[in-house]
Amino acid sequence: MADMRKTMEPILTVRDLKVSFTTPDGDVDAVKGIDLDVRPGETLAVVGESGSGKSQTMMGIMGLLAANGTVSGSAKYRGREMIGLSTKALNEIRGARITMIFQEPMTSLDPLYPVGRQIAEVIAHHRGGTRKAARPRVLELLKLVGIPDPERRINSYPHEMSGGQRQRVMIAMALANEPDILIADEPTTALDVTIQAQILKLLRDLQKRFDMAIVLITHDLGIVRHFAERVMVMRRGEVVEQGAAADIFDNPKADYTRMLIEAEPSGRKQPPPDGAPIIFEGRNVTVDYKIDAGMFRKRALLFRAVDDVSISLREGQTIGVVGESGSGKSTLGRALLRLVPSTGSYRFGKTDISHLDRAGMRPLRRSMQLVFQDPYGSLSPRQTVGEIITEGLYVHEPQLSRAARDKRAIEALKEVGLDPAARNRYPHEFSGGQRQRIAIARALILKPRAVVLDEPTSALDRSVQGQVIELLRDLQARHGLSYIFISHDLSVVRAMSDYVVVMKDGKIVEEGPADAIFSAPRQDYTRTLIGAAYNLALQG
Amino acid sequence: MTDTTVSSAPEGEVKGRSLFQLAVLRFRRNRPAMAGSVMLVLIACFSFLGPFVISHSYDQVFSSYVTVPPSLEPRPGADALEAAMKGVATRARVELQSFSVEGETFTAVVTAEDPIDPRTTRYFDRANEFDRTEVVTSEDEGRKLTLTGIVDREYFLFGTDTNGRDLMARVMLGGQISIAVGLLASLVSLGIGVVYGAISGYMGGRVDNVMMRFVEILYSLPFVFLVVVLVVFFGRSFVLIFIVIGAVEWLDMARIVRGQTLSLKRREFIGAAEALGLTDWQIIRRHVIPNTIGPVVIFVTVIVPKVILLESFLSFLGLGVQAPLTSWGSLIAEGANNMQSAPWLLIFPAIFFVVTLFSLNFVGDGLRDAFDPKDR
Repeated sequence: MADMRKTMEPILTVRDLKVSFTTPDGDVDAVKGIDLDVRPGETLAVVGESGSGKSQTMMGIMGLLAANGTVSGSAKYRGREMIGLSTKALNEIRGARITMIFQEPMTSLDPLYPVGRQIAEVIAHHRGGTRKAARPRVLELLKLVGIPDPERRINSYPHEMSGGQRQRVMIAMALANEPDILIADEPTTALDVTIQAQILKLLRDLQKRFDMAIVLITHDLGIVRHFAERVMVMRRGEVVEQGAAADIFDNPKADYTRMLIEAEPSGRKQPPPDGAPIIFEGRNVTVDYKIDAGMFRKRALLFRAVDDVSISLREGQTIGVVGESGSGKSTLGRALLRLVPSTGSYRFGKTDISHLDRAGMRPLRRSMQLVFQDPYGSLSPRQTVGEIITEGLYVHEPQLSRAARDKRAIEALKEVGLDPAARNRYPHEFSGGQRQRIAIARALILKPRAVVLDEPTSALDRSVQGQVIELLRDLQARHGLSYIFISHDLSVVRAMSDYVVVMKDGKIVEEGPADAIFSAPRQDYTRTLIGAAYNLALQG
Repeated sequence: MTDTTVSSAPEGEVKGRSLFQLAVLRFRRNRPAMAGSVMLVLIACFSFLGPFVISHSYDQVFSSYVTVPPSLEPRPGADALEAAMKGVATRARVELQSFSVEGETFTAVVTAEDPIDPRTTRYFDRANEFDRTEVVTSEDEGRKLTLTGIVDREYFLFGTDTNGRDLMARVMLGGQISIAVGLLASLVSLGIGVVYGAISGYMGGRVDNVMMRFVEILYSLPFVFLVVVLVVFFGRSFVLIFIVIGAVEWLDMARIVRGQTLSLKRREFIGAAEALGLTDWQIIRRHVIPNTIGPVVIFVTVIVPKVILLESFLSFLGLGVQAPLTSWGSLIAEGANNMQSAPWLLIFPAIFFVVTLFSLNFVGDGLRDAFDPKDR
């Protein structure tokens, strides 16, 4: 079948496409002249790290660039030039013949209208007719994308749906006019692994049914391996390599491709010696969130985010906490650091810290640090990197002189593999991986004994993820740190931790040494998680 | 690996560009905003440096020039001078043969039937217009004298007001006071509002509730009533005006900063600061306030014109600055009273006022675009 397709005329031909952005520092070329073909019914994966121009290529073709972007070159859909077309003419193609779904299902739907209406709008716009007339078609589409009980869900608002369901609605919208090409820009990145597998399966089924081409933009090679027929690897706005998926994976020609493929986190962590002292312990930790009473409700509702969880961390140990979003794993991390109100008993070393208030906790903060998920949000945009990482010293070692603080900053930056000159610059000048290194430097400058890592690699590209994991493991070995490693990404957890706790709905469903959990999970839930992460459940 | 080194920085130039510097860059490319800033600088120079250049002071009364219209010609004009000279000549019992003015000096030829006593020049000096009159030549045994002297001529480019004061000097003074009130009152409101809003927003819960209800109570008090009460208790003074205005304007600022703080509070860098063990006040000072700067700066450019308007309003009501001090607002009020007889009294202060407000608004727009770029 793949051979037959090779001979078919491409429906989308892109030649020498360039995208550039005007910035105060001069023009930035995001895409530097790329060629690509999409043939009917095939799946083309465009792979690359963030900043490689993979999304901007598609945005350029679809005329969706930001205001300061310009596109040049040629993109022909069935012989019709799309670059430079007026918005009106372009709209005959985009949204009807070529459609797009985006990464963030939370923000790509309008929160003010029911989903049914939003889908009907697309149909009414491109086919004429009223929204009412489109209703049967909307129901059909919702059923097609696997939304249960479409009769009822057609009137749901986006906030009433889960992330996976919203992404399904987005797909229904994209399919409404039976397009020839569906461009999926990181369609599953924001979703849990189990949902991710379902969405990919759905896309594949729909592709077969409608014989449409899918252009999948992603940084996750795991998905590409199972999903795509052809792969195009991009780096810094240029095509590094392209070819059949099997060829690319089995014998990559470019070093960069090889690096991407090998970036899967690897290695295992050895558990600490049996006699290692427990440095931190939380018993029967329970966190309740009060949902505001509001004006008309008599009593505030309680939402139990963490339910009676006990965890004890030994020196040099890494406990991986896994679970889907909403399982309470992040809340647990914050509760252990006493950053959210919780009940339970806590010990740090041999001292009982259960009854310390905020002021009482302050001296202990230097020994228990926290690294956040989002390297963009966790650094104050108005401070220099130097100010950010020495902030802890300012609190815990106020006697240090400016010069001494600066020296410590240089040491910390060197330790996380950054140029010490970085300390005079601002966070927005750094890439995601570099920012996460800065965040780690900020935690480590205080020489903590335990660090809670809250999804420290989830916002990063695979290759950068590997580097950050290396760094964390290296630092752990050097300083005898203990980690609590919170993540939904099981391959990362496996590479990082020697003990794993699986959480669901605020409770621990299973715990044990990492190898035991991964090789012989006892609970169904754990099995589903692992299955989704490693097999993507697509073979069936 | 691209990730391990900061290779993009050229050697030697390690100082990064802060968000603020980027904002300045964007601002510079915004034409209307730059034009607005230039206008503001010009107006400020006019108001604050102008008085050193012109010879009239704002409270100097020219009794001979009451309500004269603006003119590029010096006053009195040649005709008026000649008439004055004739008058003087009559009083001195001499006959005026010829009279001419060149710049600051005049030359007059007078004759009489009897020889003229040179002391007659005193008659000339006694007039407002002429000074230091001297006899240059004496012909016909003193029957024909050529006199020269200095003419006291005044320039009133903006005309004079109903009391005979130079309007230009008054507009300059008005500008000084309006700009000073605008800036100082904005600073007062900025100081109180930012700290109050940041504390209220960051603390949240009951503290926030109490602090915001207090703001709402103040909101509900009529502004004029508040001002009248304060003026009655403390008397009218320049300092009081901007304290009063600042004390009312900080309410808006506090609300804006509180809103900003509420959204900042959920940002992870605040959580990180908490995890580092910073106290609440340290977090507010080091993280919350610096990050609200963008919207705050923009809001200040809205507050400044608003405060200038408020001051004008107070002055219009007669609660503002006291004569002989003045502000654009009171000048406009005065001008409005004489709109038909002396329109220039309204036109000149109004032009300055309007241009200033426009410029401030353009600058405010420019700042908003610069600090809050949607295209990046």
